[in-house]
Amino acid sequence: MPKSLQAQHHNLADKATQLKILSNGIFADGQLPTFKEKIEPLNEYPLKPTSIEIFQVNVGYMCNQVCKHCHVDAGPDRKEIMTRETMQQCLDILRKTKIHTLDLTGGAPEMNPDFRWFVEEANKTGVEEIIVRSNLTIILANPKYHDLPEFFKKNKVRVVSSLPFYQADKTDRQRGEGVFDKSIEALKMLNAVGYGKAGSGLNLDLVYNPSGAFLPGDQAGLEREFKKELKEHFDIDFNSLFTITNIPISRFLEFLIRTENYEDYMDSLVSAFNPAAVKGVMCRNTISVDYDGHMYDCDFNQMLGLKVDKKAGQHISEFDLEKLENRNIIINQHCYGCTAGAGSSCQGTVA
Amino acid sequence: MEKTYYNPADLKKFGDIADFEPELAKKFFDYYNDVFKEGALTAREKALIALAVSHTVQCPYCIDAYTAGTMEMGVTEKQMMEAVHVAAAIRGGASLVHGVQMMNKVKKLSM
Repeated sequence: MPKSLQAQHHNLADKATQLKILSNGIFADGQLPTFKEKIEPLNEYPLKPTSIEIFQVNVGYMCNQVCKHCHVDAGPDRKEIMTRETMQQCLDILRKTKIHTLDLTGGAPEMNPDFRWFVEEANKTGVEEIIVRSNLTIILANPKYHDLPEFFKKNKVRVVSSLPFYQADKTDRQRGEGVFDKSIEALKMLNAVGYGKAGSGLNLDLVYNPSGAFLPGDQAGLEREFKKELKEHFDIDFNSLFTITNIPISRFLEFLIRTENYEDYMDSLVSAFNPAAVKGVMCRNTISVDYDGHMYDCDFNQMLGLKVDKKAGQHISEFDLEKLENRNIIINQHCYGCTAGAGSSCQGTVA
Repeated sequence: MEKTYYNPADLKKFGDIADFEPELAKKFFDYYNDVFKEGALTAREKALIALAVSHTVQCPYCIDAYTAGTMEMGVTEKQMMEAVHVAAAIRGGASLVHGVQMMNKVKKLSM
């Protein structure tokens, strides 16, 4: 199994190096406008939040997969993990605010030993929705995870699963040999307990992201294809397909640079810039929390070490809803990824 | 004159043809955009046809654009290559079917 950039001691494991690449070169020499320059004429700079509705908590970077595009640089060699104490601080925030969604991500969030405790306790806070971003294969990775579908069902968790394609070759190329077959098996287990079935109230959504240096196509069209193919060949049902643009950071940035696609890809993102998507970017209603309790405008800023505006308080121990809702969102050139075409967010397209 | 006839960066300048003749360019681009809208054929089917035709007319700009375009639509590599074979079959077939003319002529001239 390949190693994370961090375990390889790759220079792109360093957040400052990534930021330097994103800020210099084609953006510094004026070939392409910076994201700030692009949104300034739209009166969207500084970018401001609308409200905080989604609390996205990254419970650790450990994962059983090492996907080629992973913006987290997750893998079995990553040991960063959220403690129960930090989870408790998150729960306290959910209790005292009107945040309606807890969005759990990783790595493979299920690998955090306190994951189940966290989900059960979160349900007691009255939060309306708990999402788990599952890579699917974790369900089969070890007998101790086999009952996850039942656990999700019992706790009314919405499952959002990565499946980059409905055929094995592209999926395995991006996520590792054998991942597709295991994902299909896991989807069948989720379907078996009612996930994705009409009328069950158990939501199973899939996430598509392009398997290379190109943008995602029309979400509705791809959803139709995925539904038809997965039903016909594997008798699998799911609710919605979310198309997500690959963001040029971490391992995807490494791929872009190594394959000499970086400049063309950034150019496509800038050319496809959609002002309407700026209105719906996820950082406007989301706070992203890392395993250590620090807060970011989104999961991508988390991976670049760009914490929320200092004036708003940067750790959940200083959580202040009013300050956070009035902060300036930190932006950089990777933000073009969320505003290209129909836009991109953890819930799919935004425009 | 450029040292090469084709420069990938020129694809992005396609819209610039309007600089020399805006009215006809507008008509062309309006027509072009309408052609590729969902209709009796899906946008995906149209993109695959475009990919095949691009190979027949041997337009590197079109091949570049419709390779990326079909990939974005989730078309598989196998489907893309089958489309290229369709173009090749028609192209090859078009040459071969003219062989009948050649044969007709041979038969006419021969004793």
